[in-house]
Amino acid sequence: MDIVELSRLQFAATALYHFLFVPLTLGLSLILLIMETVYVMTGRAIWRDMVKFWGTLFGINFAMGVATGVTMEFQFGTNWAYYAHYVGDVFGAPLAIEGLMAFFLEATLVGLFFFGWNRLSKVGHLIVTAGVAVGSQFSALWILIANGWMQFPIGAKFNPDTMRMEVSDFSAVLFNPVAQAKFVHTVAAGYVTGSMFVLAISALYLLQKRFRPLALRSMTVAASFGLAGALCVVVLGDESGYTASENQKMKIAAIEAMWETEPAPASFTLVGIPDRAGRKTDYAVQIPWVLGLITTRSIDKQVPGINDLVKLAQLRIRNGLIAYGTLARLRADRGNADLRKALDAHVADLGYALLLKRYRPDIENATDAEIARAADSTIPNVPVLFWAFRVMVACGFWFIALFGTAFYFSATRKLERYRLFLYAALFSLPLPWLAAELGWIVAEYGRQPWVIEGVLPTFLGVSGTDAHNVLFSLIGFVVFYSGLAVADVYLMVKYIRLGPDETLGHPVAPPGALAEVAA
Amino acid sequence: MSYEELRLVWWALLGILLIGFAVMDGFDLGSAALLPWVARSDIERRQVVNSIGPVWEGNQVWFILGGGAIFAAWPALYAASFSGFYLAMFAILVALIFRPLAITYRSKLVNPRWRGAWDWILFATGVVPSLIFGVAFGNLFLGVPFTFDSDLRFHADFSLFSLLTPFALVVGLVSLSMIVLHGATWLSLKTDGPVATRARGAVLPAAGAFVVLFVIAGIWLNALTAYAVTSPFVPDGPSNPMLKAVAAGGTWFANYAAHPLLWLAPALAVAGAAGAVLLRRLWAFIASGLACAATIATAGFALFPFLLPSSSDPNAGLTVWDASSSKLTLAIMLAVTLIFLPLVLAYTGWVFRVLRGPVKASDIEHGSY
Repeated sequence: MDIVELSRLQFAATALYHFLFVPLTLGLSLILLIMETVYVMTGRAIWRDMVKFWGTLFGINFAMGVATGVTMEFQFGTNWAYYAHYVGDVFGAPLAIEGLMAFFLEATLVGLFFFGWNRLSKVGHLIVTAGVAVGSQFSALWILIANGWMQFPIGAKFNPDTMRMEVSDFSAVLFNPVAQAKFVHTVAAGYVTGSMFVLAISALYLLQKRFRPLALRSMTVAASFGLAGALCVVVLGDESGYTASENQKMKIAAIEAMWETEPAPASFTLVGIPDRAGRKTDYAVQIPWVLGLITTRSIDKQVPGINDLVKLAQLRIRNGLIAYGTLARLRADRGNADLRKALDAHVADLGYALLLKRYRPDIENATDAEIARAADSTIPNVPVLFWAFRVMVACGFWFIALFGTAFYFSATRKLERYRLFLYAALFSLPLPWLAAELGWIVAEYGRQPWVIEGVLPTFLGVSGTDAHNVLFSLIGFVVFYSGLAVADVYLMVKYIRLGPDETLGHPVAPPGALAEVAA
Repeated sequence: MSYEELRLVWWALLGILLIGFAVMDGFDLGSAALLPWVARSDIERRQVVNSIGPVWEGNQVWFILGGGAIFAAWPALYAASFSGFYLAMFAILVALIFRPLAITYRSKLVNPRWRGAWDWILFATGVVPSLIFGVAFGNLFLGVPFTFDSDLRFHADFSLFSLLTPFALVVGLVSLSMIVLHGATWLSLKTDGPVATRARGAVLPAAGAFVVLFVIAGIWLNALTAYAVTSPFVPDGPSNPMLKAVAAGGTWFANYAAHPLLWLAPALAVAGAAGAVLLRRLWAFIASGLACAATIATAGFALFPFLLPSSSDPNAGLTVWDASSSKLTLAIMLAVTLIFLPLVLAYTGWVFRVLRGPVKASDIEHGSY
């Protein structure tokens, strides 16, 4: 494997690993805030104990999230040095603001969340919990502004003197529609994850007939918060698809395995077997109109197919080569204003010309065959996207059904009546993580071959470091992270088994608590 | 503000963030490095761990913010230093991932083998980053072999072991002794009983080692060949390091010769170490914090205007005038920093106030901690 593949593998592995902990932090921090608000408003001790018990599990997860997040922040420099140089002027800002505005808040206050119970008033502690929850959400916002810009790089311009992208309109970067859609979709996925965690463990306790007062109350919170989250995640995922259809037409076409442009409105392929080599989808089961309606919100706009997009990419590569040639002449003659103007006219396609660098260094001499190959390389891995997307969406609809049922049972006080429901809740525990990871695979693997859509090919972004170093660190991360995963799961299982009474050192169900539930 | 002023301000902010990291995260690292010496029983070790337990997360953000701010304001420096020092960065990362988990996870099980293992991990994660940061700083003065091609792609040619030169190792020990000193004053402030007494006992040797090593490093630095920009001074040009000329020559004390007031920084570093010995409790902690801050300032003043000099292609060396972000990005980031950094300091101060007072052995025995 070369350095590009090793670096990509390491980034994918560490990012997917980091995102095992993030959604639970996003969701559980708000669930803790809801529970503590009830405690402060009603003064009932059981709600404080719920915050402390779920808070213990939150703490185990939070430490892993913080620890593995450090890797993410530094990998752009260690493994993607040319990327960092090329877009740091734009991409670095939201990362730095995330640290300053959000991460500092949650990380500074989380210590008081655990150690501050006896040192703060009730309201004081509630404010600390709120700070942790709000900080986590803002953290996600800034990271997704950075990620949104990778998908839809607006508000920036190429500067030939510094050979990099520079900010031209910061508010465009900030209010990037892709970033907004991705933010709400991602935090809603976090709310589903947090709710599922609480729902599943509470269901386990009810099945075991342990800690009934805590489990019933927790389930009620999880059911309503989870239903809201599940509805949001599906609706806002649709919004995410709509914004992608505006600027990442190839990603949409690949998700749909739609090789040829269909007459509008396009039909949606429910299932099928995409064939990459033959550029066709076998055994496709199609629903008329649906794709056109979802992606264009109209019945007359076309959704372009993969083959037409490849032809478009060829044109853009040829146009980009003009920009590349102009840039080379400008380097020799930096004062020439005419060359600068000529560069501006074609610079939007410069990134497409850079795709040729995979085949030869002197890309201005590229042959027609190489240009055709480079254009073909803009097709992402269709079968993976096709299936990852469908499994993710199926999970989304299952969450609506499950949380809808839980909500109904909690409103009618039947949460304990059906063991089938409790088992369903328990065994659904891994699904939000599965859906979230698949979502990132669709978003980032679907962006290939670009690291910045249309601007910088992924293979150019790597560092100049020795491939053996990357192999070493990749093996190191795999071994090290696997060990941490064992410790994390071990502690989680241990505290879940112990349950709230032993975790907190006293029984959480006060006398009369059962009557309270029944009332 | 002009581009020149913005670059200067961001150079100062880079220093402030490094100082924030050294002062805030420094006492965590130092406490961890002192763990085997100051704590003998499990209760004593929990005193040490719990003294940093509620605050390490916030402290670690100084490191993460430092990385983010370098990325945003000095992308060329971020790209060159992080990829150039690849394996050193990996070692630091592993330490900084392990350390929080050691703090959070060690006391979650009673099993002595579980706790013993995490205690050794905690010790290593205190020593390793403190040493490596110093070694990296030492290498800045020696110059690192790298260059850029016409696409401004960074090419480095050195291994981890080529960085371990005698001078760099001395700077590494300066850093380690400084951090240990800071951890010792923290523990003598935030614990009681035998732990506090042993921590107090570690202050004098740590301060002595720091001062001796600091002076040796200074004398050695004076003997090294420095770099100087020889092309005309362009403070507001494009951030392209290949547009200037640099020659080896002169000494790293040129800035000090031109501006004698700068000698205050090394003087304060020594005075801070002396203060940590002579003063008690909070004042000693402030004094050791001052020593950390002044040490970093001393190095920064000597290097200016260089951020990362190149030994193989001196022209490629990164300076304050050709390694920054665009003017617009620097201005936006400055505005954001001016709003949020005071807020960060305010709520960090509040958290430390809420947590004031030592972690007592009796509190841990009674389970109230």
